[in-house]
Amino acid sequence: MQADLAILLPEILLSAFALVALLGAVYTGKDKLASALVWVTSIVMLVLAAMIGLGDATTQVAFDGTFVNDGFARFAKVVIMVAAAVVLIMSQEYMQRRGILRFEYPILVCLASVGMMVMVSAGDLISLYMGLELQSLSLYVVASLRRDSVKSTEAGMKYFVLGALSSGLLLYGASLTYGFSGTTSFSGIIQAVQGEHLSLGVLFGLVFIVSGLAFKVSAVPFHMWTPDVYEGSPTPVTAFFATAPKMAAMGLFARVMHDAFGGAVGDWQQVIAFLAVLSMFLGSIAAIGQSNIKRLMAYSSIAHMGYALMGLASGTALGVESMLVYMAIYVTMNVGTFAFILSMERNGQPVTDILSLSSLSKYAPGRAFALLVLMFSLAGVPPMLGFFGKLYVLRAAYEGGLAWLAVAGVVASVIGAFYYIRIVYYMYFGEETEELDTPRNPVLSGLLVASAVIMIAAVVLNLFGIDGAAASAAASLVN
Amino acid sequence: MEEMLREYLPIIIFLAVAIGLGIVLILAAAIIAVRNPDPEKVSAYECGFNAFDDARMKFDVRFYLVSILFIIFDLEIAFLFPWAVAFKDLSMAGFWSMMLFLGVLTVGFAYEWKKGALEWE
Repeated sequence: MQADLAILLPEILLSAFALVALLGAVYTGKDKLASALVWVTSIVMLVLAAMIGLGDATTQVAFDGTFVNDGFARFAKVVIMVAAAVVLIMSQEYMQRRGILRFEYPILVCLASVGMMVMVSAGDLISLYMGLELQSLSLYVVASLRRDSVKSTEAGMKYFVLGALSSGLLLYGASLTYGFSGTTSFSGIIQAVQGEHLSLGVLFGLVFIVSGLAFKVSAVPFHMWTPDVYEGSPTPVTAFFATAPKMAAMGLFARVMHDAFGGAVGDWQQVIAFLAVLSMFLGSIAAIGQSNIKRLMAYSSIAHMGYALMGLASGTALGVESMLVYMAIYVTMNVGTFAFILSMERNGQPVTDILSLSSLSKYAPGRAFALLVLMFSLAGVPPMLGFFGKLYVLRAAYEGGLAWLAVAGVVASVIGAFYYIRIVYYMYFGEETEELDTPRNPVLSGLLVASAVIMIAAVVLNLFGIDGAAASAAASLVN
Repeated sequence: MEEMLREYLPIIIFLAVAIGLGIVLILAAAIIAVRNPDPEKVSAYECGFNAFDDARMKFDVRFYLVSILFIIFDLEIAFLFPWAVAFKDLSMAGFWSMMLFLGVLTVGFAYEWKKGALEWE
């Protein structure tokens, strides 16, 4: 018991912090404490990230296998914690100025993060669902944080209804899997589904679980909620949606596929390859018509999820490794891009139209260049970091025997490059328009520059060794 | 066959009693009850609203709030019952798990109280 609890220490600390902060804030200053609480929360998260990253590197199992803390979970958790902390720091000034910074916001992000940590550590269908729901319920509330805005409440409502539907699909799949394999634990399921042919019931369960998870990672054809939720939510919340929960959902995806259905790679490989192809193409083509940068980023994230799924579809350790590297790079790129979007203002009012970026390079060459680097990286133009992320997943798909998928990925990437480069075109060659405000918040500018620098520096510095960490993480999952 | 039918006998008896009792109650109401109808009495019952009205009317959010709060504590009871019944066989871990659950619930309760969710006006 004691040993089990010690394995869950980061999760326990974070939840205890959330509860204490909730009571402390509600009994004292309430929203006056919100700014301080945001900073404290992000510091707590960064400390936890360090604790998880530098801690014991063995595989530990708690509570009879319902909770697994291995290298894979630790890698995902570090990314999640850092992303959540950075997004919190980004939100503080923006939300405060618009009067939507409530003290519940950092606490909800905290609880969502606890849910994500449980998700990537799940070793049982029950703990999987518990983590997923804790994360989703917190995110539904955060999406409608600006509760007097129709768009924000609509975003929260849509997210809730569709999220509930996807949870239903997932639960249905989980119950079928339980019914036909006789156990909810992943280690039991993988023994039950060994062999050439899955029984029809388990196969149905697998497909429903995949559908439910595809919803959470917003893979086509379960992506419809993404653009509306991204557009309607307050921008800092959109930044959060685009980073940590995506990592968590991909982590959970890989965990279920390999830990529970690792013996039936052939059965889920085609399904995931199908999701990957559709996501890459729809994300690339549908984004072309978007003029709102938040919607554009929504389609961009759909396409990126397609690439990450491509790594997963290969069904090998290399595939998982490439997926982890891809997600880490994706999160870094998105943090930078959203730091820029958060600072897009005209006369103090936020603007999201991409035409407002016209001729940005004339009056803000530094910011324009940083965004150029990020856009090229998102598009996968060498020598930016995003290119190497794509290279990794393409290689994994090719070596996993899915050459056609790799070719499709390259084609989709070329199509997708159009809309990223169009933004660059507007910035450098667009017609003169009313200028955007000079950003007032040094945090946002700092993060924008840092992210852009990483896009180039990481290539020179051998990806900061993240591929080695990802490789050992993948090795702990796939064996 | 005989065996199987005998197993279903209690269900038949139960069905007969249920139907019989239902008929008796309806007939009793039809025969003995005092009748003094007025429009309010005969209209369908709907807590606090007109029974037939536009469904898309504005609805006080406090009704939802109360029902949501109710559901939370309702579920708490639903968890407490099996726990209390099996209390003798539980380990200390089982005891403290429930205490922790109640503690977390209390935190939520303290929060909603302080937030003023329990004040009707």
